[in-house]
Amino acid sequence: MSRARAPGTFGAAWLVARKDLAIEFRTRTAFFSALVFAVLALCIFYFAWDESIIAPAQRAPGVLWVVLAFSALLGLQRSFSIEEHDRGIDALLVSPISRESIYLGKAIGNLLFLCAIQLITIPALALFYNLPIGRPLMVVTAIVLLAMIGIVAVGTLFSAMAVNTRLAELLLPMLSLPFFVPILMNAAQATTRVLGDRPLAESWPWLKILIAFDLVFVVACTLAFPFTLEE
Amino acid sequence: MTSAPASASARTVLSSGLTAPKPIFDWFFALAGLSVLAVAVRAIYFTPMEALQGAAQKIYYIHVPSALGAYIAVGITALTSVVYLWLHDERADRLAEASAEVALVFITVVLTTGPIWAHKIWGAWWVWWDMRLTFTLFLWFIVAAYLVLRDGIEDPAMRGRYGAVLAILGALLIPFIHLSVYLFSARLHPMPVVLKPDKPSLPPEMLTTFLLAFVAFTLLCFALIRARYRIAVQRDLVTAFEGDGGSR
Amino acid sequence: MFPTCPAVEASRVRRTFGRRRAVDGVDLSLYAGECLALFGPNGAGKTTLLRLVAGLLKPTSGSVRVCGHSLREDASARAHVGLISHQSMLYRALTPRENVEFAARLYGIPDPRAAALNALERMRILDRADAPVRALSRGLQQRVSIARSIVHEPSVVLLDEPYTGLDAAGGAALTDMLQLLRSSGAALILVTHNVDEGLGVASHAAVMLDGKIVRHDDCATVEPRTYIAQYRELVLRGAEHESSFDVEATA
Repeated sequence: MSRARAPGTFGAAWLVARKDLAIEFRTRTAFFSALVFAVLALCIFYFAWDESIIAPAQRAPGVLWVVLAFSALLGLQRSFSIEEHDRGIDALLVSPISRESIYLGKAIGNLLFLCAIQLITIPALALFYNLPIGRPLMVVTAIVLLAMIGIVAVGTLFSAMAVNTRLAELLLPMLSLPFFVPILMNAAQATTRVLGDRPLAESWPWLKILIAFDLVFVVACTLAFPFTLEE
Repeated sequence: MTSAPASASARTVLSSGLTAPKPIFDWFFALAGLSVLAVAVRAIYFTPMEALQGAAQKIYYIHVPSALGAYIAVGITALTSVVYLWLHDERADRLAEASAEVALVFITVVLTTGPIWAHKIWGAWWVWWDMRLTFTLFLWFIVAAYLVLRDGIEDPAMRGRYGAVLAILGALLIPFIHLSVYLFSARLHPMPVVLKPDKPSLPPEMLTTFLLAFVAFTLLCFALIRARYRIAVQRDLVTAFEGDGGSR
Repeated sequence: MFPTCPAVEASRVRRTFGRRRAVDGVDLSLYAGECLALFGPNGAGKTTLLRLVAGLLKPTSGSVRVCGHSLREDASARAHVGLISHQSMLYRALTPRENVEFAARLYGIPDPRAAALNALERMRILDRADAPVRALSRGLQQRVSIARSIVHEPSVVLLDEPYTGLDAAGGAALTDMLQLLRSSGAALILVTHNVDEGLGVASHAAVMLDGKIVRHDDCATVEPRTYIAQYRELVLRGAEHESSFDVEATA
């Protein structure tokens, strides 16, 4: 028997992520659903306000973050359901890769998936809400990336848990949204300032909390993941 | 699969385990209930009215102690969750579950008394910059998520594990919520200096009523947790009986 | 070439789920090149025992070792084990080639593509290697699943009712595969309801009842028809036996 060496934690995580993205690319349903939802929601929110009372550019930060939160939930739902179908998760658990790398792989896959959606949602926002294209929008994209890390960290873990319960689709939002609150609050406040052409230093207190959240919860969720498996 | 010998032994267990249940409304609960009642009477009739706010201020004798009760219950849930993950003792899990339900009740009281008071004083039903109120609102969602999660899982071991994971993550979340709400409200309004009911320069009667209210509500909190814990024990006994009787 | 330590060694293994004892004190030793057929009625604990050996479950007490390692403590030792279960553990959107290649990469096989093709060929499914798994029948999916489980040439292969859903050709391919694995030194545990089939491929036979192994034989000493009759008797008798019933009060 050839002496094979199992990949390390990040190598295995990347394998799992690639596999998830390959499946996603093959079916594309989840991606298009989440994307269409996001863009449609942007449009619907536009009509929810009278543009003569509140300028679209002023509403844009709030709308962006609400839409991001809910389209993220759509994307996260599918994360572990593909493993549950034919117990693909068992094959992963029987292999030499660590439990943590399964979680990290799923999270990285989710992150790339959600970032792909945001790469279209943000320009759509600029389009519909008449935002200037320039440095502020780039900074907002960076804030979105930062926020996505936190959303994915928590959402992936809860997706793993929700898939084992009844009413998985209802439970995932219920579990995740309280955890999204600090992310959304801080990101939205920072986004408002950035789009209002305020200097970045003014947004720093909010961004600090966002970064701290990401660090704490990526570690905490990675450690918590093995407890969600039946062992 | 219910052959005669099996049901005979089942009846024995039934008679020993469940025919003589411990009474739920025992002396501790009665004491707690009476003390809450006593404090209510004292607060309404024997405590002077606050000059600025009038009668509405007396809601604070329920509002603040309930908040304390809520935080105690939430703390118990978090601690027993850690214990459960560490020791796998199902008693810790039952206690976590009982405390969470009691916490939800107390939090609901805080969230209903808050707006009643706020409307009388500020004219607005919800004051977002009241940090404690907003913080408690998010706490409600976390505890509710915890209970709904538990309800969606049938396997007791998984329920305990998942509940514990959520409780611990929830505990980690709390400082972030607190910080975020603080940043948010500090921007809009400076923290209200006036109308803080727990500042030390309260007249002695009010202070005494407050302290008594804290004691009474804490007693009520423990009494409710204890009662709810007992219900959990009996429910688990029944489940075990139904699960084992006649199978395997 | 064949090591002297047991490929699979279970020592007083017990696994409870709440109050139910799924596996209740099992002792087992299996050496390289042996194939153990595990029979028993539904709910006897066979699948649980298999999952314990595979490292998917932690024993409540006792120990399970594969090639001398505890899979719970030594993750790299899991490379010794291949598991074939009821569910295919495949990803339906991907092709058989992609599924098996993914598995090969998980185990760190040097040339995953070649190893995948090799495994698919041995299970005689190479011609359908590039159609999505979803398009294949249950029997063909089963073949892909088996290919996936043995691509890393495990020294212990655990099979949970693998013949279910296989047609004659698939069954023949599987039996050939199992003989090949045995002759190259792998140890097999085969859970099956089909006693005839099991006795045909195995070197040892065991019966599990209520979480315990109640009978263990060397197949060379067994006459199939007698064995089947005795097995039926054992299972029927076990069904009438009242289960022990104790509620541990931990309140």
